[in-house]
Amino acid sequence: MAQLTRVLSSEWTKIKTVRSTVWTLALTFLLTVVIGVGLCLLIRFLIPAEDRGVFDPTFTSFGGIGMGQLAVICFGVLVVTSEYSSGMIRASLAAVPQRGLFMGAKAIVAVGVALAVGLVTAFVSFFLGQLALGSELNASIGEPGVLRAVVGAGVYLALMAALSMGVAWLLRTPMLSFGVLIPLFFLVSGILSIVPHVQDVAQFLPDQAGAAIMAAGDMGEFGGIDRAYGPWGGLLIMVLWVAAALAAGYATLRSRDA
Amino acid sequence: MIELTGLTKRYGSTTAVDRLTFTVRPGVVTGFLGPNGAGKSTTMRMIMGLDRPTSGNVLVDGTHYARLKEPLTKVGALLEARSVQGGRTAYHHLLWLAKSNGIPEHRVDEVLGLVGLTQVARKRPSGFSLGMGQRLGIAAALLGDPRILMFDEPVNGLDPEGIHWIRNLMKQLAAEGRTVFVSSHLMSEMALTADHLVVIGRGQLLADMSMADFINQNSRSYVRVRTPEPERLRDVLTAGGVHLVDGPDGTLEAEGADAATIGELVAADGVVLHELSPQQASLEEAFMRLTAQTVQYQAAPGTAAGAGWAPPPGPDWRQPPQVAEPAGSVDVSKKEGI
Repeated sequence: MAQLTRVLSSEWTKIKTVRSTVWTLALTFLLTVVIGVGLCLLIRFLIPAEDRGVFDPTFTSFGGIGMGQLAVICFGVLVVTSEYSSGMIRASLAAVPQRGLFMGAKAIVAVGVALAVGLVTAFVSFFLGQLALGSELNASIGEPGVLRAVVGAGVYLALMAALSMGVAWLLRTPMLSFGVLIPLFFLVSGILSIVPHVQDVAQFLPDQAGAAIMAAGDMGEFGGIDRAYGPWGGLLIMVLWVAAALAAGYATLRSRDA
Repeated sequence: MIELTGLTKRYGSTTAVDRLTFTVRPGVVTGFLGPNGAGKSTTMRMIMGLDRPTSGNVLVDGTHYARLKEPLTKVGALLEARSVQGGRTAYHHLLWLAKSNGIPEHRVDEVLGLVGLTQVARKRPSGFSLGMGQRLGIAAALLGDPRILMFDEPVNGLDPEGIHWIRNLMKQLAAEGRTVFVSSHLMSEMALTADHLVVIGRGQLLADMSMADFINQNSRSYVRVRTPEPERLRDVLTAGGVHLVDGPDGTLEAEGADAATIGELVAADGVVLHELSPQQASLEEAFMRLTAQTVQYQAAPGTAAGAGWAPPPGPDWRQPPQVAEPAGSVDVSKKEGI
């Protein structure tokens, strides 16, 4: 236990003493909030009510999270791969040879930081977004499912960071990790989720499933997909993806030479 | 104390470290010598638990490294490649290391002072010279005041003042009763620092002995003779029981007799000599002879020296490396047909 405390404090020192932490997380906040508020204004002033489809004001205020998640992916990837690209992994494992402890402490610290930033981002996005939507369209935090959706949006960002870390432990280099994660979540997942029939499978991708938690209502037919899960089911699917990525990352870290 | 027993590392069909068994003892500087690619760094990484041995065992103070709860207070290591993230200041790099092992924060300032980096403590190592990076690595090794220290090629990139400093540091650490294990591919460097030598080539143990024994066993002494009448000289000396081998630039090297004996032998027959000088082969030469057949990246004969190391300072450095001859016994007489 004493050792865990020490390693946590060491990982905390690491994460707060590099600039990439600040800029990736600042970017996560800015992209999510600015794009979310922009979309809310767009919907309020430019899109007539009949064209809005299934409209969930809470979910709409998280419209920027698709971009914001890219920055949080950068954060997760860099936290891990900077160890390898700099050779610091050797110093880290020399200091903490118990690899599970090392990886666990890093995950707790980084995901904890991402969760804190994610929650702030989610609440600011929600309140500014509702302000932008105006009193006719907006939701209040007290309505059913709204608080769950807002906290869920913060959790979603933290889970994205965790997923990226798992992939980064597996692939080790920033180029490979970005090469897999960014196209997947920036393009592929979004495209697949609107292709008929393919979307029946694509809805189980981590970001598609995890996004369900961000809607106040049961997303039901949101986006034209007949989803097989509700908000909690979607979150569970995402958690399973994260667990799989971290397990694969741990297996790599444990077995391969540093 | 570091104990290796049958330590082996294979990458596919390549054996990087081949059944190494030796013990590194406290109180002396142990030099770990071998050509580039001999497996020194791999061995050190296995000691640190960074690389997993294919077979065999390695213990530090009787335990596996991976079992140590506060390893930095037991073993300090400077590893070959830089292991510092360029964007984190020197101070913060040492700070996270200290925190991970429960080392008090004031120790960070102490070791920074010890290696002379106090001025740049708040600077990012990405702007450091090779020598400053090396000093930061040494500071990290000393952080936990460990009883065992390992340095992988510590003088790389250091200026003469820095080299002098690290030599003294290693001797001082050993004099304090610590175990000091330092790798190098330069015999000349080891000759000045190490009390004990472990020599490997192609992953195999070639020598494990004190520096004094190594010098006695491997440093060939001979008398260099130059003459316009090599055939006569050969006859005279062979008749006198002196063994002759060809040296570079038309010189001959006489073994098994001192300069006085040779001088008297040739004077008796009136052979003209242009040179008669006693020679002691340098340690660099002895090391090269020992490892000659195990050098992995060998330059073609006729180039200045084997790839991977600087030309030895001895007088015979132009001699092409002996590739195919067995180590330690270059039998030139066969080539001469005598």
